[in-house]
Amino acid sequence: MRAYLPIVIVVAALAAVPLFVQSNVVLNFLIVALMIALAGQGWNILGGYGGQYSFGHAAFFGTGAYTTAILQVHYEVNAWLGFLAGIAAGAVAGGIIGGLTFRAGLRSSYFALVTLAFAEVLRIFASVAPITGAGVGLLIKLDLHAQAFQFRSRAVFYLIILALVAASLIIAQTLERSRFGAWLVAVRENEDAAMALGVNATAVKVAAMTISGAITAAAGCFYVQYFLFVDAPIGYGAWISIEALLTPIIGGAGTVFGALIGALAVKSIGEGAKFLTGDIPGLDLMTFGAVLVLVIAFAPRGLAGALMDGRDWLARRFVPLRKPAEGTTHG
Amino acid sequence: MLSAPILVSAIVNGLLTGSIYALVALGLTLIYGVLHIINFAHGALLSAALFAAFFAYQKAGIDPYLAVLVLAPAFFGLGYALQRLVIGPAARGEERAMLLVTLGMAVLIENALLYAFRADTRTIDLPYAFKSVDLVFTFVAVPRLISFAVVFVVALVLWLIMTRTDTGKAIRAVAKERLGAELSGINVTHIYAMTFGLGTACVAIAACLLIPTYYVNPSAGNAFVLIAFTIVVLGGMGSVPGALIGGLVIGVVESLGGFFFGESLGQAGIFLIFIAVLLVRPRGLFGASA
Repeated sequence: MRAYLPIVIVVAALAAVPLFVQSNVVLNFLIVALMIALAGQGWNILGGYGGQYSFGHAAFFGTGAYTTAILQVHYEVNAWLGFLAGIAAGAVAGGIIGGLTFRAGLRSSYFALVTLAFAEVLRIFASVAPITGAGVGLLIKLDLHAQAFQFRSRAVFYLIILALVAASLIIAQTLERSRFGAWLVAVRENEDAAMALGVNATAVKVAAMTISGAITAAAGCFYVQYFLFVDAPIGYGAWISIEALLTPIIGGAGTVFGALIGALAVKSIGEGAKFLTGDIPGLDLMTFGAVLVLVIAFAPRGLAGALMDGRDWLARRFVPLRKPAEGTTHG
Repeated sequence: MLSAPILVSAIVNGLLTGSIYALVALGLTLIYGVLHIINFAHGALLSAALFAAFFAYQKAGIDPYLAVLVLAPAFFGLGYALQRLVIGPAARGEERAMLLVTLGMAVLIENALLYAFRADTRTIDLPYAFKSVDLVFTFVAVPRLISFAVVFVVALVLWLIMTRTDTGKAIRAVAKERLGAELSGINVTHIYAMTFGLGTACVAIAACLLIPTYYVNPSAGNAFVLIAFTIVVLGGMGSVPGALIGGLVIGVVESLGGFFFGESLGQAGIFLIFIAVLLVRPRGLFGASA
């Protein structure tokens, strides 16, 4: 259980925030950041651990969001059931897209392109199909009751998204320690070598994309319940594909906390930029782009990696004082 | 209901639009052929070039067809510098990192344009923009005819560079066998940057050809590049004739698709072709074996 201790500590600390902070602005900021962290954690499972860089995770975010919204608006299904159905739909979408692309042997640039294309096709269909509300989008009826998954208090929403993020952290931690996780990392490091050792690379990648799709879809479902609205540019737009990829890359791809660290960092930077120069459109995304390039250049393992490097550096600095016998000639 | 002249003019229009697509795709495929990455910043660079062409006309009164003589070298230099100073050093030759750096640059450039010029859509008024010539079977706007011709001149020049100059030979050598080229004394870093520069110059030329009849806003380039991705995949990544033919084919498909199913579904049709080609024949219709 020790491996899960950091998750318990971090989640407990975050859960305590509403006890001290009542400001809706702060809570709203944290809710959105955690939602992006959740979407990013979905990307992280496939991209971080599996090395398959999807440029179209909007496909899953939107599928989750639209499934939840369509079931409630057109079929009057209970919101909680709709939420679960949205996650399931995301898993199915992940399985289908993963099955098609990985079976065709697409890697690297090709994989990035085809995921982008899937998201675009879905966006175009969602912007014309009647069931998705076409260009207008879908509006969920205001009904502030717990059974409708709507709450007057933002703190409740905050705790719900925190619980979802906690679940995604546990999934990543479990994955890291599992045989499946080892296969996935082996595929990332050297697919041919992994296959030579008997790993069914295609099956592993499809499974990872299924899990990945489900997690990112959960973020989409949450979006709909929180904002009670979705349209094609929100659900299937490029913004979420980029943010889902940006957060784990900046935080540290292939680490348990990477997406969470990245989301908090990215959102803080975005708010900071707005605070400094006023809310001019394009500014926050502009800084995201710059941060992405800088992180790849100077901290290729993300902030989590940089922290670990810092810890190692400290260890190298101070441990030899006690154990000079161990060779540290190139420390 | 469906008359031959309308159909013919839809096809001709498709071919003319397709030639611009082909030019944008040419830049992409060139970069892919040598660096083995899709340049996700291509669209943002096209938007930037459209703005450059727009302001050259608006502020200095330079005709877009003359501006190309300045913008093409300028964007060649920009592309060279980006690869040499940003992408190369940041990614350290790692493919996935290169993809991400180009994506980061795309986000950065597009939003810098949004920040500087806002989301307003701008157009220029050229006196001859709506002149058209009678091709017997249909009427064609003059600027579109010019761009069709220019694209083929550019393709020819590019072909001459690739086959007749030492740089071209070095580019082909690096594309075929990077390590071997490096061992025989070719400066691969320089060749990478040259290739990126040439690809970016294609974008600048495309922008000058587009601006007389098209509009500019910070995300104007994206529409073209998403289509160029399709063309590059259809024609085979890295294949120059593939990009040209693929561009024309997609232009016609889009024009006819829009004609029969309406504009936005015509676009969806392109992406569906794209996905189908990727899944069934990922090396494209003209691509060498992967």
